[in-house]
Amino acid sequence: MAFYNKIIKKSIWVFHVSASPCNNCDIEILDLITPGYDVERFGIKLVGSVRHADVLLVTGITSHKVAPRVKQLYEQAAKPIFVVGIGTCTVGGATFKTSYNRAGAPLDKVIPVDAYIPGCPPKPEAMIDGIVKLLGTLK
Amino acid sequence: MFLEYLFYVLVFPGFLFASVLGLIVGWVERKVSAKVQFRVGPPFFQNFYDVFKLMGKEIVLIKNSPYFLFIIAPIIAFASVTITATLVGMSFFYQVGFGADLLFIIYLTVIYSVSLIIGGSSTGNIYSSIGAGREMKMVLSDEVAFILVLLVPIIKAGYTINLAQIINFQANNGMIIGSASGIIAFIIGIICVQAKMGMQPFDIAEAETEIVEGPLMEYSGPLLAFWKLSHYIMYVFFPMLLVILFWGGANLNSVGNVIASIAKYLLVVVLLILIKNTNPRVRIDTALKFFWKYASPLAFIAVILAILGA
Repeated sequence: MAFYNKIIKKSIWVFHVSASPCNNCDIEILDLITPGYDVERFGIKLVGSVRHADVLLVTGITSHKVAPRVKQLYEQAAKPIFVVGIGTCTVGGATFKTSYNRAGAPLDKVIPVDAYIPGCPPKPEAMIDGIVKLLGTLK
Repeated sequence: MFLEYLFYVLVFPGFLFASVLGLIVGWVERKVSAKVQFRVGPPFFQNFYDVFKLMGKEIVLIKNSPYFLFIIAPIIAFASVTITATLVGMSFFYQVGFGADLLFIIYLTVIYSVSLIIGGSSTGNIYSSIGAGREMKMVLSDEVAFILVLLVPIIKAGYTINLAQIINFQANNGMIIGSASGIIAFIIGIICVQAKMGMQPFDIAEAETEIVEGPLMEYSGPLLAFWKLSHYIMYVFFPMLLVILFWGGANLNSVGNVIASIAKYLLVVVLLILIKNTNPRVRIDTALKFFWKYASPLAFIAVILAILGA
């Protein structure tokens, strides 16, 4: 298993789950995959289908309407799968912390989360750092 | 004799060699694309990591779907692509033909498309179904032009479908690309290969940004790895086929000839990649119109020129 972990670290296909965000983190994620940061250097690739994904990047507060969908996406993904919560919304709710419509408070209540990257929004550098730290826990 | 053939299919021009070379050429593709976009690009072993990672992931099967077709489609595609790589590799490296090579290649490349259609339509996913339908239309549009392109070297080399005889003809009478019909057929051939491989101007069936890889959408784990490997192996044999048909094949007698052969192969590969990177995806009706209205008549003119001896 150690050898497989070594390989999976070098080939991370990322799926972007937009769970009722304010679009700020989503724009930063799109910024992350532009040529300026070039995450393909580390083997990180954005894929369109959850079946191909290794990491789910979840943004937003996960409202009651979208929570079952997020759970369904997690169940549909091919295991092993990691979940990364992007932005303060997934941890503490940021601007929406007193909202009545907050199922993911924090996101752990909906699906198991491996790492949080707080920030409103986090910079692409912070996201790369967070994902690298998550992969560093793999032995 | 049997062991010798097994070696050809499984090791040298076949499965092992084609897979490794395909993954390396896949790296060349990603690196050149990165350079075009002013990026650094992935490390050398990136495609090996990707395929190995996919091999260890879970296969998700869809409830209420024909599992058998879903599982068998990538395996059929991989087998047909591997056998084509063996056939083309044999004539590329050893100058050996098996008789009806080109006929066989036409059939095997269609089998890849057919298995893509079967795999895509067996899932019941809407995007996969759209992708399968588009793949069907792509087969209809590029097949005529591709067969007409293959006819030009066949006619030039004296009505033979044996790849070894085509190479022999070119060794004695000069390369086919040097003639008027040859150059037209080569250009149309490059475009047809682009469509056959599902690359950028004609990646209509697997449009990643539009219908999320179409037929491959529901595939995960090892089955997806088989699809990816098949796609990379196509990078091996299609440029080799074009080099054999129009550029006199490979010659491995001296160091200079080996370098020239590799250069010819890489030139065709890089040409395909540059076309891929500089052209946006076209609509399915545009592609169909292009192939039926312009590419096929041009290829037909090339065939007539070849019959007249130009």
